[in-house]
Amino acid sequence: MTDARPEAEVITPSQTVGPFFAYCLTPQDYGGDPLCDGMIADEGAPGTRIRIEGAVYDGNGDPVPDAMVEAWQADAEGRFAGRDAAPSNARFRGIGRCESRQDGSFRFETVKPGSVPGPDGTPQAPHINLNVFAKGLLRHLFTRIYFADEPANAADPILGLVDPDLRYTLIARPAPDAPGLYRFDIRLQGKDETVFFEA
Amino acid sequence: MTDYPTESLAAHPPYLFPDYVATRLRAPSRPLVIIPQTLTEIAGPVFGQAHVRPGDSDLTRQHAGTPLGERIMVRGRVLDENSRPVPDTLIEIWQANAAGRYVHVVDRHDAPLDPNFTGAGRAVTDSDGWYEFVTIRPGCYPVPGLNNVWRPAHIHMSLFGPSFLTRLVTQMYFPGDPLFPYDPIFMSVPDERARMRMVSSLDMAMTRSEWALCYRFDIVLRGREASLFEEPHHD
Repeated sequence: MTDARPEAEVITPSQTVGPFFAYCLTPQDYGGDPLCDGMIADEGAPGTRIRIEGAVYDGNGDPVPDAMVEAWQADAEGRFAGRDAAPSNARFRGIGRCESRQDGSFRFETVKPGSVPGPDGTPQAPHINLNVFAKGLLRHLFTRIYFADEPANAADPILGLVDPDLRYTLIARPAPDAPGLYRFDIRLQGKDETVFFEA
Repeated sequence: MTDYPTESLAAHPPYLFPDYVATRLRAPSRPLVIIPQTLTEIAGPVFGQAHVRPGDSDLTRQHAGTPLGERIMVRGRVLDENSRPVPDTLIEIWQANAAGRYVHVVDRHDAPLDPNFTGAGRAVTDSDGWYEFVTIRPGCYPVPGLNNVWRPAHIHMSLFGPSFLTRLVTQMYFPGDPLFPYDPIFMSVPDERARMRMVSSLDMAMTRSEWALCYRFDIVLRGREASLFEEPHHD
């Protein structure tokens, strides 16, 4: 397995998060103090305030009631928390974590991310990285949210690697009647299956 | 800037592993799309001492009384694949109690809850990557809805590491568990060496006499290759 790099150690393999993680990882219903939650950016963080609502579905199209979705994004100016966060942006957390509800739903509140440099310095369109964990996922799944009303999508170097017929699975769509609200569903398998990445 | 090598990902289990029934409707059917590692992937959340309270790493002292079961220490290092320690990284753990029952509301296993045991903890690695928990050895338990399928005793662990790409959720097992060959989750890891990465070992040197056995469990995360401009690492 490591023939090409005999000096490297085998990494610890992933195992499923299982169905019983909530009292540790998303412990709000257990009176616990969560490490992070659906609030990626607190009120007052600079930028355009948005909400993202969606649900996780399995290969039968049934909601997944025991998934955990983690979000990771840059702030409105394209800076990552903890890395090159400016003091003026202490209200920006960058990380979010939600347990899906009985109907598979999850919800994040944040600011729209700015542009981040891509390969060879080409700009990337605004995006949010997601990791999906659940019983039945032996290894978490990595996908990205892009925004339907974003002209920069056309030149995004990562979207450009995705089959044009499947890019729609990565696009959050504005809700018609609710300003700032986007809809983004995650379909693990089957019709409209979300595109998942490896890096 | 060097990338995280992708060869090491071969240690992970496949998404579809039919013996683990729950993968059948949740594993994606299309291959993953391979993308370059951009700043979004190379960056990652920073969680450290500020996110851990005193006592979070001792799961036997979170209630008025002492939990039932065998008290143990779980101690080890978080390293990257190049054997460099991963300092100041958060570890979250959760587990069943000594009877094999989780606090989680969905767990209906016919085994008692322990009013003195929740089974959730946090710790942060020190500057050399070391961490330590005190807990109760978890019991094994049957998987609900399946005929005579039992999980070997295990402790769930969740780590961030330094970047989005080092995120890991895994399970720590105990040495010599006779349930290993019957557990599709454990057996889903195809490579024997990688499987054994998930098995702790008895550490008699760190065991505290007349108090608790110590199990050693090192966790190896993805790591970037050493660049030509970097000092070689010596332990």
